[in-house]
Amino acid sequence: MSDQTIAIEVRAVAKVFANGVRALDPIDLVVREGEIVTLIGPSGCGKSTLLRLIAGLVQPSAGRIGLSPEGQRAGLAFVFQNPTLMPWTSVERNVRLPLDLSGTERVQAEQRVRHALELVGLNEFARFYPRELSGGMQMRASIARALVTGPKLLLLDEPFGALDEITRNRLDRDLSELCAREKLTVLFVTHSIYEAVFLSSRVLVMSARPGRILMEVAIDEPQPRREAFRATEKFARLSAGLSGMLATAMHGAPA
Amino acid sequence: MSDGKWLQVGAPIAVGMAFILVWHALVVLNEVPPFIVPSPFLVMKTLAQDWGLLSGSLLVTLQVTGAALALAVVLGVALSILSVQSRLIEASLLPYAVILQVTPLVAIAPLIIIWVENPRTALVICATVASIFPVITNTTIGLRSVDTALLDLFRMYGASRMQTLIRLRIPSAAPYFFAGLRVAAALALIGAVVAEFVAGTGGTQSGLAYQILMSGLQLNIPRLFAALILITLTGIALFLLVTALARISLRRWHESELPQER
Repeated sequence: MSDQTIAIEVRAVAKVFANGVRALDPIDLVVREGEIVTLIGPSGCGKSTLLRLIAGLVQPSAGRIGLSPEGQRAGLAFVFQNPTLMPWTSVERNVRLPLDLSGTERVQAEQRVRHALELVGLNEFARFYPRELSGGMQMRASIARALVTGPKLLLLDEPFGALDEITRNRLDRDLSELCAREKLTVLFVTHSIYEAVFLSSRVLVMSARPGRILMEVAIDEPQPRREAFRATEKFARLSAGLSGMLATAMHGAPA
Repeated sequence: MSDGKWLQVGAPIAVGMAFILVWHALVVLNEVPPFIVPSPFLVMKTLAQDWGLLSGSLLVTLQVTGAALALAVVLGVALSILSVQSRLIEASLLPYAVILQVTPLVAIAPLIIIWVENPRTALVICATVASIFPVITNTTIGLRSVDTALLDLFRMYGASRMQTLIRLRIPSAAPYFFAGLRVAAALALIGAVVAEFVAGTGGTQSGLAYQILMSGLQLNIPRLFAALILITLTGIALFLLVTALARISLRRWHESELPQER
């Protein structure tokens, strides 16, 4: 079980965009160290906005966001919806980017890149260019880049949304193992009920815009998750329950 | 070579040969005098005979075109980078770039040639004015067409302006820059030729356009054709050079230069 140290604390954070759209109503959220928390909700409910607020990419209109000292700056990494790789250079150079930007010394940087590529199983593809890789492998490269600074806190914004289900399941399993091994705290945004149940220790269900957190479901299954978990009666029950909650959350929202 | 490649190379060559033969036949059959239309073989002979004179002129035109293109690239890229760094600079400069572009070169070339003492420098300035615009517009669009998620990523890792420029904006702009360069290369040659025409006998008296002008006045039409061929060949060579540069730079990643798989 997770200890009680708070990794992310969101207090009464709201966001209204310049065009007047209320993306988020005042929202409270606490993620403890070692937790894997998933945000799920109808599209446009502000899940991604919340993640971007926590990452500091967007400033809140109201409220306060606190990160544990370990989760600040280099301790925080963000994985985008798309692989977001620089197409003009190799996987290796892409993964090294955060270290290059911070001026990390070369030998040390190369060693860390090799380690990060090993974590995602891409070490043999270091010299490949992004376009030479499959969608799943590009996403692995993107995760390696996030891990290269040795973060404690990982924010993922629907990272596997564009992948086929087989690839997505494999990546979910590998991510689960990775997070357990590296003792990462994770906040994960997804559209997929199965992905949410499989990965998380806690699932937060958000309402349609303006987003609020409606419900919370704890998934008490030991981490890392095994592939066999998907075939259990418990998995089916949790998925069905979550599906019902999501239908409630969708209520009133245009499909 | 594959069948497709044979077609790509062979078909235009066949058309060219047929054109030359028909040209020759028409000239011979109709007994057209050489001072109206010379036969292609007479043009070739003149090209060889006058090579001493024409090669000197070719060199001058090449130097003017090359210098102008280099200047257009350096100045154009520098201005683009400046205007991307600050909206104020862009807003102040862009109208003048447009004015420069829409004013016909033939109209301003005489002024430049009068104002600038060294005729060679005047020609280079004219050709630069003619070719800088596509470099500026394309590079500016390229520098702005950056993947917003990558921009977020750079911001998140605390990249400086300089780091973002060098590691993100410039590589993103490369395909746009090369598209602009292709147009600029052709315009630099046109600019050099037009400027030399305008300068006329008051100019450097040595470029290919000057040879065309003089051959026309002297009714030495075979030499006029020979000079014309050299200008065209220069244009083709420039085009191929720029295409090769683009291919070398973009081959491994950009859609425009990827080998087509069938």
